[in-house]
Amino acid sequence: MGNLDTSNIDFGAMPTADGHFGPYGGIFVAETLMEPLDELRAAYEEMKNDPAFQAEFDRDLAHYVGRPSPLYHAERWSRELGGAQIYLKREDLNHTGAHKINNTIGQALLARRMGKTRIIAETGAGQHGVASATVAARLGLECVVYMGAVDVERQKLNVFRMNLLGAKVVPVTSGSKTLKDALNEAMRDWVTNVDNTFYIIGTVAGPHPYPAMVRDFQAVIGREARAQCLEQTGRLPDALVACVGGGSNAIGLFHPFLADKDVAIYGVEAAGNGLETGMHAAPLCAGKPGVLHGNRTYLMESPDGQIIETHSISAGLDYPGVGPEHAWLKDIGRANYVAVTDDEAMVAFDSLTRTEGILPALESSHALAYAMKLAPTMAKDKILIVNLSGRGDKDIHTVATIKGIEI
Amino acid sequence: MSRIAARFAELRAAGRKALIPYVTAGDPNPSVTVPLMHALVGAGADIIELGVPFSDPMADGEVIQKAHERALVHNVSLRNVLGMVAEFRQTDANTPVVLMGYLNPVEIMGYAEFARAAQAAGVDGALTVDMPPEESHDLIVALREHAIDPIFLLAPTSHQARIRKITGAASGFVYYVSLKGVTGAASLDVSAVAAKLAEIRAETDIPIGVGFGISDAASAAAIAKISDAVVVGSALVRRIGEHAATPEKVAPTLAGLLREMRQAMDAA
Repeated sequence: MGNLDTSNIDFGAMPTADGHFGPYGGIFVAETLMEPLDELRAAYEEMKNDPAFQAEFDRDLAHYVGRPSPLYHAERWSRELGGAQIYLKREDLNHTGAHKINNTIGQALLARRMGKTRIIAETGAGQHGVASATVAARLGLECVVYMGAVDVERQKLNVFRMNLLGAKVVPVTSGSKTLKDALNEAMRDWVTNVDNTFYIIGTVAGPHPYPAMVRDFQAVIGREARAQCLEQTGRLPDALVACVGGGSNAIGLFHPFLADKDVAIYGVEAAGNGLETGMHAAPLCAGKPGVLHGNRTYLMESPDGQIIETHSISAGLDYPGVGPEHAWLKDIGRANYVAVTDDEAMVAFDSLTRTEGILPALESSHALAYAMKLAPTMAKDKILIVNLSGRGDKDIHTVATIKGIEI
Repeated sequence: MSRIAARFAELRAAGRKALIPYVTAGDPNPSVTVPLMHALVGAGADIIELGVPFSDPMADGEVIQKAHERALVHNVSLRNVLGMVAEFRQTDANTPVVLMGYLNPVEIMGYAEFARAAQAAGVDGALTVDMPPEESHDLIVALREHAIDPIFLLAPTSHQARIRKITGAASGFVYYVSLKGVTGAASLDVSAVAAKLAEIRAETDIPIGVGFGISDAASAAAIAKISDAVVVGSALVRRIGEHAATPEKVAPTLAGLLREMRQAMDAA
């Protein structure tokens, strides 16, 4: 793996018409959802080529989300690390505090155009749930968010935010009571209420067309970063780093750079207590291919094919699968996938906060932690872009608990 | 002729409809399953549908989800389920057994190995809920090589072109999901089901089983009138759940319910 020549691949043409990225992706759902997915695919293809839809999406990104988000040269942090110049793509400055809103704006506009009156979503850390509740409030749509009971407990602040926005948060008590179970429950709701309901999946996973559609909505991150880097430095970056749970912020940054073969790409998974302990959430680094939640991809699974529980300090990375495009990029060697531990992420959280005055989300802290390893190995005239996918305010209780402080 | 086709031919000749109970293998513990299968046959089952436990049963409602969880407490694997079928076959050579489950355990075992091992165990059909025909080519080839019928779902949302595609890929029977929802849902609209079955019959002669929402003798009889087979799952599995702590009561309780359904269907 990693030795294939990728220079002839037309990355923009992926996935195939039936949703495959090499052996990954596809449509693996029960029959009842095949027709609704077909309708969604048709609607999305139409909107994708509709200038009016794209203009509405762009206008909302500009005036509601606050885009473009800055590409910020973290000079002090770069100096401290003593290597490459680090630029942070400030998705933390978006409305609702993370990249998730880019996708929910797009899918909610699509839901409205399809005449759906009710939206449902799954959420782990709660960021996607908040972003879904936000757009639902704005468009006057009913919103139900499924959230694992464990996550409801560890992300109380976001649960309250969703309630304030008028969404109903349903705690999911089946299985491991985390993100994967919330996704199962959202799928069950969708299959039952498919006539009036649009399911806003929060990441680049699920059955086709979700991985492609969510990527396309998130690719604004990479398009902006590419243009901003050229404008600020006169050239393309040498490397990109982003955290990977399901992988939507990462694919959003990576995708517009895939054809730039000199740009190295690093996706950072959650190593939890360490890959060797088995207590992690790193399917690309330590899992194997299988089928879950509508697509074929790398999974954390037992030798019998049961999905196993994951561990990460970050609820947003605590997921046993990963978007199929990442699985494919790993196999063809276009992107490198690495993992950092809970402890390393915490060190990065403190480091960025103290040197730049920016509190990163624990998810994004995984990308920062890898940047702390990578930057010192690069010359000072090299450029490294890190996707700062979300802000850390939602995590302060978790951080305080880890530090043994009661607030 | 496969055991499933032979069974439907016999039933057709006798003017009867098939009764297909579903239970999850290993629920509430692995030693219950094989005697339970025999008890169901004794109570009038024509085909047994045996669920393969999976950690993430996305298409199932709460009742069957809990059954999967109870079985997984005992780490019941696909290999264990095949072992149960082989044991069942030692004393029942005629009742067809269909495995119903999710793709990942099959994917991990490998399609060719699964088909070989399933045939060796005496499995007659396989339904992987989350694998539509579009993604099934390789699995269908493997199953057919080993004389196992690939069973597919049809749904209220399946339009004519899909009905044609799916009935073209299926053999044994097709499983019509009677409502939009997950297993164990409450409402069943018999006239809507009848209308859809007429649409399906216009495309194929393959027997049609109907499941989802059949909970008692009356609904079983109503569906038997319009279909070739009645599949009953959650109504049985709910009673297994109620007797999880008294597993010796599972077989007699389920046999009692199935007998009522059998009588109502035959009288209808």
